[in-house]
Amino acid sequence: MHVNVKVFATLKRYLPEERARQAFDLEVPDGASLEDVVRMIGLPAAEVKVTFVNGRTEALSLVLHEGDEVGIFPPLGGG
Amino acid sequence: MAKIVRVDMGAESVTFEEVPDKYRFARGRWLTSSLVADEVEPTCHPLGPGNKLVFSPGIVTGTTAPTSARISVGGKSPLTGGIKESNAGTKFATMQARLGIAAIVVQGQPKDGKQYVLTIDKNDARLMAESSLRGLGTYATTDALIAKHGNVGVCCIGPAGEMRMPMAGICFNDLENRATRFSGRGGLGAVMGAKGLKAIVVNGRGAPTVPIVDKDLFETGRAKLTKAIRSHDITKPKGGLNTYGTAILLNILNEAGGLPTRNFSRGRFEKAADVAGEAIFEGNKERLGKEVYNHACSPGCIIQCSNTWHAADGSEIVSCIEYETAWALGPDCEIGDLDVIGRLTWLCNDIGLDTIEAGGTIAVAMEGGVIPFGDKKGAIKLLEEVGKGTPLGHIIGAGAAVTGRVFGVVRVPVVKGQHMPAYDPRVVKGIGVTYATTTMGADHTAGYTIAPEILGVSGKVDNFDVNKAELSRNFQATTAFIDSSGHCLFIAFPILDFPEGFQGVIDECNGLLGTRWTAEDVGRIGAEILAREREFNKGAGFTSADDRLPEFMKYEPLPPHNEVWNVSDEELDAVHGALAS
Repeated sequence: MHVNVKVFATLKRYLPEERARQAFDLEVPDGASLEDVVRMIGLPAAEVKVTFVNGRTEALSLVLHEGDEVGIFPPLGGG
Repeated sequence: MAKIVRVDMGAESVTFEEVPDKYRFARGRWLTSSLVADEVEPTCHPLGPGNKLVFSPGIVTGTTAPTSARISVGGKSPLTGGIKESNAGTKFATMQARLGIAAIVVQGQPKDGKQYVLTIDKNDARLMAESSLRGLGTYATTDALIAKHGNVGVCCIGPAGEMRMPMAGICFNDLENRATRFSGRGGLGAVMGAKGLKAIVVNGRGAPTVPIVDKDLFETGRAKLTKAIRSHDITKPKGGLNTYGTAILLNILNEAGGLPTRNFSRGRFEKAADVAGEAIFEGNKERLGKEVYNHACSPGCIIQCSNTWHAADGSEIVSCIEYETAWALGPDCEIGDLDVIGRLTWLCNDIGLDTIEAGGTIAVAMEGGVIPFGDKKGAIKLLEEVGKGTPLGHIIGAGAAVTGRVFGVVRVPVVKGQHMPAYDPRVVKGIGVTYATTTMGADHTAGYTIAPEILGVSGKVDNFDVNKAELSRNFQATTAFIDSSGHCLFIAFPILDFPEGFQGVIDECNGLLGTRWTAEDVGRIGAEILAREREFNKGAGFTSADDRLPEFMKYEPLPPHNEVWNVSDEELDAVHGALAS
């Protein structure tokens, strides 16, 4: 199945330029979790802080579905 | 011995008083709110002689405590009609603290319409009539005062404050003497304008150090807090804030579907990434050919989150484009162009406007058909009209609530007359509870539940959960204490995650004051400050009916989550109900 992935801020440095610049399509096995996606695209798990699926924050153990939109953020703050 | 400098604009007099015993530990918001509550009649007209404007640095301001150069400004707000506290980071705060001035209280009103500058140094304080600065923007005003006085702390108003516009802020100089650090919210610039006070100059030369009762304990606290700030991913050198500034939040709020867009009609903006902190960092890198990390707004700040946006030719467009600023002048107006946002920010700084109220009001004016959404030139022209004081400029300068009424707009996102910041409460319920129940009118800094609701700081809380009274209450009370300590609120990120850092703040205060406060005392003092502010608002006529969000949020679902505001009135009333018991 396919999911759509976006990676933000300091995590972009771990991706090839094409994937760092914009959202990309990723083929994952059925039953793959958010954690699997983080590992598959080569992000260090320790630097991943907040993960979204379809605009909702979800735990890394969440099992994904076809067409899910994934957003991955490092620790960040402001205000 | 710490002093209060009392400036009577009617009598043209300046007197020094000893700090009364009841205020001996109170500084920052604790002191500004206490003085306003004790001395200002809550029903007074905010622009009349009965209102007072109070400036107080925090408990540890002026010491080596990290990131602690905050000045708190208080008074009755011409925007909300309630009590107002708004603080800024600036060397003005450090210099006032080192001169031993716990508070500057500006009261009364000149009878003849003259304009004044107040100057304070280690020997004296003088109020001088000064007509040459009339009508000048904050940049020219600050430049003129720096040229005359050298390295001083400058506080001034722009044309908006002089014209007593309810969205006028009070401007302070940064370390490079740019007119860019604001006590922006609630129209305190209009109060200063109504006092006939164009500027305050504080000269810290020859000032003594701030007295510390127990230097060892203070030093222990300072070290703990410094370590917490330097090791937390958000606040460490080249961490999130130092690299991308507060505008790093654009993308995550957009992803969460809570980035108010097109005057709070959607939760996502297709050009959010174009105006985010990452775009500022990458844009500067491309235009200057090197990486630019952010700078300190004030002495002793080790977080250093203040950015500068540069033009294609390498010249400086503006400092600083904060998250709230980028959002209000960007997505909320459907403007996705950083150069335009930079120009709008510069205009806000120069005219002396709160960027949140300014951007939010332009968006309401767009809704009302004054100019189309996304109209970049139109937005610039509207702000220029504010600066010139045309009739339309005065309407915009009065803020979103007035502008909405003038143009028949229903979708006006305000609480107590103050425009909401950059988090849609339909999607982030806890911040909505803070907007509704803080004494300040819609204000994210009053109880920043975004930390656990969106950012995962101090644990993770479901942003859609409607039971947020306790969360908001605890944040509001702790914030009132941090606003009194003199520390920037951004120390909250490390001290929420690292208990040692939190203890460090308590140790610093105990060391400086000779107190024996515990974590419970922090909550107790914060709650007392809130209760005092709330008592003032009650006297000004506020009831629980004012602790509510605008009605449209209950029936207009916000895409993409299509959520409405569904927190019960009972939950909102529980915030302060429990505080009082």
